[in-house]
Amino acid sequence: MSSPTSIPVMNEGERVDDYLRRYERNELLRFLTCGSVDDGKSTLIGRLLHDTGRIYEDHMAALEKDSKVHGTTGGGLDLALAVDGLKAEREQGITIDVAWRYFATARRSFIIADCPGHEQYTRNMATGASHCQLAISLIDARKGVTTQTRRHAFIASLLGIRHVVAAVNKMDIVGWSEERFRAIEREFVDFCARIGIPDPVAVPISALNGDNVVKRSEHTPWYSGSPVLELLEAVPVDRPSPDANFRMPVQFVLRPDLNFRGFAGQIAAGSVKPGDRVRILPSGKETRVRRIARAPEDGGDAPLAYAPQSVVLTFEDEVDCSRGDVIVCIGRDPAVTQRVECDLVWMQEQPLVRGQQLMLRVGAKQTACTVRRVRWLVDVDTLGTQPADTLRLNEIGRVELECEERVVVDGYRECHGTGALILVDRMTNATAGAGMVRLATEAGSKRAHWETEALATLERAEDKPSFVNAEERERRWQQKPRTILLYGPPGSGKTREAHEMERKFFDQGAAVVMLDGQAMRRGLSKDLGFSDEDRSENLRRAAEVARLLNDQGFVVILAMAAPDPEARERARELVGQDRWEARNMGAR
Amino acid sequence: MATEFTHLDELEAESIQILRETAASFERPVLMYSIGKDSTVLLHLAMKAFWPAKPPFPLLHVDTTWKFREMITFRDATAKRLGVDLRVHINQEGLAAGVSPVASGSKVHTDVMKTQGLRQALDQGRFDAAIGGARRDEEKSRAKERIFSFRDKHHRWDPKNQRPELWNVFNTRVHQGESIRVFPLSNWTELDVWLYIWKNQLPVVPLYLAKARPVVEREGALIMVDDDRLPLLPGEKVKTMKVRFRTLGCYPLSGAIESDAETLEAIIEEMLLAKTSERQGRLIDHDSSGSMEEKKREGYF
Repeated sequence: MSSPTSIPVMNEGERVDDYLRRYERNELLRFLTCGSVDDGKSTLIGRLLHDTGRIYEDHMAALEKDSKVHGTTGGGLDLALAVDGLKAEREQGITIDVAWRYFATARRSFIIADCPGHEQYTRNMATGASHCQLAISLIDARKGVTTQTRRHAFIASLLGIRHVVAAVNKMDIVGWSEERFRAIEREFVDFCARIGIPDPVAVPISALNGDNVVKRSEHTPWYSGSPVLELLEAVPVDRPSPDANFRMPVQFVLRPDLNFRGFAGQIAAGSVKPGDRVRILPSGKETRVRRIARAPEDGGDAPLAYAPQSVVLTFEDEVDCSRGDVIVCIGRDPAVTQRVECDLVWMQEQPLVRGQQLMLRVGAKQTACTVRRVRWLVDVDTLGTQPADTLRLNEIGRVELECEERVVVDGYRECHGTGALILVDRMTNATAGAGMVRLATEAGSKRAHWETEALATLERAEDKPSFVNAEERERRWQQKPRTILLYGPPGSGKTREAHEMERKFFDQGAAVVMLDGQAMRRGLSKDLGFSDEDRSENLRRAAEVARLLNDQGFVVILAMAAPDPEARERARELVGQDRWEARNMGAR
Repeated sequence: MATEFTHLDELEAESIQILRETAASFERPVLMYSIGKDSTVLLHLAMKAFWPAKPPFPLLHVDTTWKFREMITFRDATAKRLGVDLRVHINQEGLAAGVSPVASGSKVHTDVMKTQGLRQALDQGRFDAAIGGARRDEEKSRAKERIFSFRDKHHRWDPKNQRPELWNVFNTRVHQGESIRVFPLSNWTELDVWLYIWKNQLPVVPLYLAKARPVVEREGALIMVDDDRLPLLPGEKVKTMKVRFRTLGCYPLSGAIESDAETLEAIIEEMLLAKTSERQGRLIDHDSSGSMEEKKREGYF
């Protein structure tokens, strides 16, 4: 039997063509629903379909029949069954995978990614969320915000979803208690603020009875907000901005005859018009757009094209351009690089390990890549990060990949079309991971700058050497320059030890400098906080200073918390192996 | 910038992107052309995706030899009008064995002439990607299917072992002998399909429009007597009624509905006011609630 859908109701006396013109103008909003098995997610979807348009009679008949056999509502109509898909899950009463639902109202067309809430949640939710602009998180009013709720919100934010709605369900069971609802709302909103989701909304509902789903409930006079459907109809649809930097991955080159060479693709960001100067990456060749080619029956060539249209462009010049290249506007270029850093969701049973070879796909580009390292693993429950060597199924972490060929990428936050990648297992061809590219240069990026490249136009130090050389400095100070890091948590005595060490060196006649992490924060690092990334950046700055001082011949003592072994490793690389020494003051 | 980008524009752009990915990523793609309204939209999108070139893949029709005559006429005229490479496959073994919906019943006929026929055609053509017009709103088990849906060497679909599909970054990799079914219309609804046909004034098989046609009433359905191969059961009488079809398949398996809708607008209006879903008229789906899922596992489209 077919899947229930609902369509906008025709107005009394409305002509079909008026109806179609009205329906055609509907905007499309894709949203996902996430929740645990018993949170009432399927019931909510069933309710949305049932109360907005209509469910066909044959669907209703099958539903009534199914409700009697499999239903959990004592033979009453179980709307959840309307949206449960495959046989096995109908029998087990759980949703196994992402399922897609369609419905439309007089204002919008909706696609629902119905995501399951059991142990495969990360993989499935990430999959669903990658297509969506809004997430509805089901919360059982009796249980309140759970670990699961927090995970859902976090994954949604990781995938770039900006609108999150908490549907606080089963309010009827808690006697429509405003106090209960407000407590859940507060906790949810606070958590969303922590992970950077702007304007989260909570709605008190009963999916079973339809309260505040489509129609406003009589039980919630204290709730002044909108029912769920109104929110869905009102939320702004996030589309790639036409003012963003133009990006179009080339999918296909069209060459019907010698006179026509067109480059087909879907615009990932921004807009383009004939005459615009564009650059083709990775080659960097420049040309102008001649035509946005369209068949005469489609209205002929277009004067303008914008994301997310699928178009064909032709150029003024005969430049090389093929599948996998990206056409961009002159201005801010994406990164053209073999080394890609991304937040990765691992989706395969076999863990991801350093050195592993995979196929990478971003835009229309496919290339082999190797895992250089796992930088950290995200603990989805605490939002903390920890060092890791592998990523297991359903884990999320920051990973560095080395590609065989250069790829053209933007940060995921700036452009999904050029910042989203998948990794494919080379043996099984299974989709093993999904990554969101993170660039150091990305707006809002707070990562440490270990690998940020200095401006290429800067003069090299060797070009203008000092008149004093290293040997002369060593002779003068009677010492080999080096850097000693004393690290450990607050209270481990590292600062005191550093001061004592400095005194000893000084008394021996050495030229010595002591740098304290706290002192760094009062000036050089006063823009930094205490996140892992900020701590890492503070250490990097200290190491940069130490390197400059070492170059002048000084001995440097650093007293820093430096909890991250990887950051310490990078500091050692930066200062130089032979000049570096690190002592753990916390290990006693 | 005040540009209106409707849901239909978005669906079209998405489908074109999928068609281009298919053409670029596979060695031997093929478009499964089944003549119905979904195929009509799919073919139009394929023409658009590669304009001014022709689609870089052939069309394939698996003919069960029991399609309505008007469908075959429409099929050949369409291929000629658009100048595309149409291939027709008939399961000759099934034909020789005398399989038919009349003699063998709908289940055997569909399995042999349609499912087996399709597998033969894909094997013979060594096609590594088969593009179909299925939509996710059509049927419950389709609601879970990927846009690029993996099939093993035996054309089997394993609903529990599907590749995760994120963004519009598709995993198109297969080993020798394996294949992908591609569904560019996954996110379209029935209404979207009709809207697109109406907006672009695409020709459809006249069977969708009401006309006086010879029918018999059988098991509560109206079956059109399209040629003399349909034996009448005792008590059955051929009547001329004004009917049309909401879905098209093999004529003895497709139920007609009584209708006065002679124009595209009129049939859309009927659909908007209909009380039952479109597949209601398709007899093969009714065996049991999960029957489509079972057929799909075996390689049915």
